[in-house]
Amino acid sequence: MEGSIAQMGQFIGAGLAAIGTGAAAIGVGHVAGNFLAGALRNPSAAASQTATLFIGIAFAEALGLFAFLVAILLLFAV
Amino acid sequence: MATETTNTEAKDGSGRVIAFVLFGLAALAFVAGFLDDYEGSLSIHPMDQFEVSPLFGSGDVGLFTITNVTMWMALAVLAVVALMVLGTRGRAVIPSRTQSMAEMIYGFVRQMVEDVAGKDALPFFPYILTLFLYILFANYLGLIPMAFTTTSHIAVTAIMAMGVFLTVTIVGFIKNGASFLSLFWVISAPLAIRPVLAVIEFISYMVRPLSHSLRLAGSMMAGHAVLKVFAGFVGALGLAGIAPILSVVAIYALEFLVAGIQAYVFTILTCVYLKDALHPHH
Repeated sequence: MEGSIAQMGQFIGAGLAAIGTGAAAIGVGHVAGNFLAGALRNPSAAASQTATLFIGIAFAEALGLFAFLVAILLLFAV
Repeated sequence: MATETTNTEAKDGSGRVIAFVLFGLAALAFVAGFLDDYEGSLSIHPMDQFEVSPLFGSGDVGLFTITNVTMWMALAVLAVVALMVLGTRGRAVIPSRTQSMAEMIYGFVRQMVEDVAGKDALPFFPYILTLFLYILFANYLGLIPMAFTTTSHIAVTAIMAMGVFLTVTIVGFIKNGASFLSLFWVISAPLAIRPVLAVIEFISYMVRPLSHSLRLAGSMMAGHAVLKVFAGFVGALGLAGIAPILSVVAIYALEFLVAGIQAYVFTILTCVYLKDALHPHH
């Protein structure tokens, strides 16, 4: 295990950036959980809202993927 | 009664076949894990599978080099053509299985465009269907073991996302003229914070091609890297390698789901952006 301080910083930074993906997981869970709570109250309206569900999940997920991108960039592109 | 029993028998039979195939694949992976020459330590290279290399011979990858990406993209296009052109060639009133698959996808995307973007977005339906079919087939072809997932490369998805972004922006300006800019001017908000919101809306508009392409490429790349990491554990663990094999099977099922959902999400976001271009007033 040899390497420079800069490399160490690179790995630490990538690890820190990966925390953001966990935050996105919270966001996606929030969207899906609230959808389920609403769907169980009014199941007949649930089918018409699946598109909205996926759009919401996609937007929440995108921010997590930005964090993933930063981690990948730190590992491979710096 | 007789038909019922044959039906359940057929179901059981196909279930047994699927289980047998799954077990065979797991056993193969197990053996392959042992044969893989691993150097005593845990060395996993999950990103190696995304390497672009020339298909014929070796050398540098130039602008017109035929690479493995080219091949898998061509295969995806061929598969789409096979389903949509050859499948619907018969134009039977009672569709064959292939034809009903093609009709189902066509109807599904058409319904989505109509529901999300509105009736006046239907001229763009062929474009959206093309995007959906290509992404769907590229994602599913990438799930074949040893295959290459073309949509895991940001270069591939960025071209599609930039295409959508340019189309939407140009269409928005052609249809609405300068009033397309009212997309950034949120009327429902108090006047004092509208300039701030305009800046935020503008940034979120400009970041669209990035998030649009990264969502697809990122989730495909991440999923396949996770598969590879778990596959790497198999050889290192010896007999206990059966545990990572089971998790690979589970993750593979998840990836199967994700491949479809990401194609759906890319398409539905295209519809949402198109709706913004056609009806920019909040």
